[in-house]
Amino acid sequence: MAKITIPLGPQHPALKEPENFMLVLDGEQICDATVNLGYNHRGIEKAAENRNYIQDIYLLERICGICSHSHVSCYIGCVEEIAKVEVPQRAKAIRTLVAELERIHSHLLWLGVAAYEMGFETMFMYTWRDREQVLDCLEMLSGNRVHYGINTLGGVRRDINAQQAKEIIKKINYLEERTKYYVNLATEEPTVLARTQNVGKLPYKVALERNALGPTARASGVKMDVRKQEPYFIYDKLDFEMITYDSEDVFGRVVVRVLELVESYKIIKQVLSALPEGAISVKVPWKIPAGESVFRYEAPRGEDIHYVKSNGSEIPERVKVRAPTLSNFQSIPYMLKGDYLADVPITIAAIDPCMSCTDRAVVYDAKNGKTRTFDWEELRKYSIEFYKKKGVNFSTK
Amino acid sequence: MKIKEKIILWSRLKSPWILHFNTGACNGCDIEIVDALTPKYDVERFGLVLKATPRHADVLVVSGPVTRQQAKRLKRIYEQMPEPKFVLAVGACACSGGVFDGCYSVLGGLDKIIPVSAYIPGCPVRPEAIIDGVVKLIGALESGAKKEIEAK
Ligand code: SF4
Repeated sequence: MAKITIPLGPQHPALKEPENFMLVLDGEQICDATVNLGYNHRGIEKAAENRNYIQDIYLLERICGICSHSHVSCYIGCVEEIAKVEVPQRAKAIRTLVAELERIHSHLLWLGVAAYEMGFETMFMYTWRDREQVLDCLEMLSGNRVHYGINTLGGVRRDINAQQAKEIIKKINYLEERTKYYVNLATEEPTVLARTQNVGKLPYKVALERNALGPTARASGVKMDVRKQEPYFIYDKLDFEMITYDSEDVFGRVVVRVLELVESYKIIKQVLSALPEGAISVKVPWKIPAGESVFRYEAPRGEDIHYVKSNGSEIPERVKVRAPTLSNFQSIPYMLKGDYLADVPITIAAIDPCMSCTDRAVVYDAKNGKTRTFDWEELRKYSIEFYKKKGVNFSTK
Repeated sequence: MKIKEKIILWSRLKSPWILHFNTGACNGCDIEIVDALTPKYDVERFGLVLKATPRHADVLVVSGPVTRQQAKRLKRIYEQMPEPKFVLAVGACACSGGVFDGCYSVLGGLDKIIPVSAYIPGCPVRPEAIIDGVVKLIGALESGAKKEIEAK
């Protein structure tokens, strides 16, 4: 049979976000796949260089609506390190609390989407209903359901009181009950098993080679979690497990995420039971001294890295974001090869792709595949020229 | 009003099918749109059903600022929809470009590319706001269609 190539996306019912896969099919089986990105590219990094440090918090929060706290915490971590600010313990605890609530919201959301891709719509509705509980907690803490804006330079914007803490514990208890049900469902339900076991295989070695991150890597048995390896906030004082699983397939990714939910509940309870007293923020000057810094953060999808370079003014000179999905995308062609067409949506969903995170600045020369080294000035000139030809001019000087 | 027209209007109002398209949103609005479809908010009680292809859809729900890459795809999807068609701009980004206004790869709000029937502001929009927008759109459709038929 002749091989045919079909496009999947950018608008496709199985994809929630614009991205494009070119699948080479031999009958029902996939023999090759390429990933095309860039549909969601907005140019946030460039925009960040034109706004001041405070405005950037709100801009970078909007990189992604699902892991907004992750990106901001990561960016703020860099800036605070450059400015040598000592963040109060209470602020760190609140940041940890929001971070874990965000992880729960993201994992529940993912569980729903994955169930939907499997054709298990009941579970999709269940998880999204339960997810509302977390969103209520976040709204109570920060005032907004999706972009919390709880972080600010030097601490957090809002304090938490005893009544709110009680309310959160109540909701977490409810979710804990529900999660038991999901654990059973994910590990025993025949539909789920049939759709996930031995699908989208990613062996340990390949996962390392292709730099898989977060739950995708942990489901292949790779022990990596920034919260353990390089603890930030107050994670070094908390007691929780790093969840890994060695089935190396989509099933493993489901198990890892569901069990991580349980760990997150544990963390939230610990944080709330020992909330340090004191101020919630310290003053940070408008102008940040010259310097540069990198911060690693364990977002729900894996390790997020931000790099900030400052030049002594109130505007950053460079902000670079490396979102986890960009890294996880390298493994997708490998996972798809040899699988059936019907398994494509669930395999793609299993890395929990987040295009809005990824599509900020992807430059890849696919035509000749060669790498060329530019120095900084050259690269800058090249890009300005390149965009001038396309009718966009952003040479400010 | 003829009986045939009555039936068409009735079916159009009782069950507008929607297509969701992301033109470069941050996901915040997208998850709120899906949220509006799930049990707590449940816009399906107004007959709204999420459809997968533009050829089946009456209402195009768009979130996000229009990026350079997505502009021509958005146009094509809009053209593929059957008449009469309606467009909902969901979120500050789709209304005006939002925080991304001025970014080099963002063209701006949705109305720069295709005509928009209703704007729902918010960053992100709350599911309640989406429901409100949908109900208002249905109301406007009803009065508009009735006037048109009477004028004939
Ligand atoms: S309006 Fe806000 S939440 Fe919605 S897509 Fe734009 S930035 Fe995201």
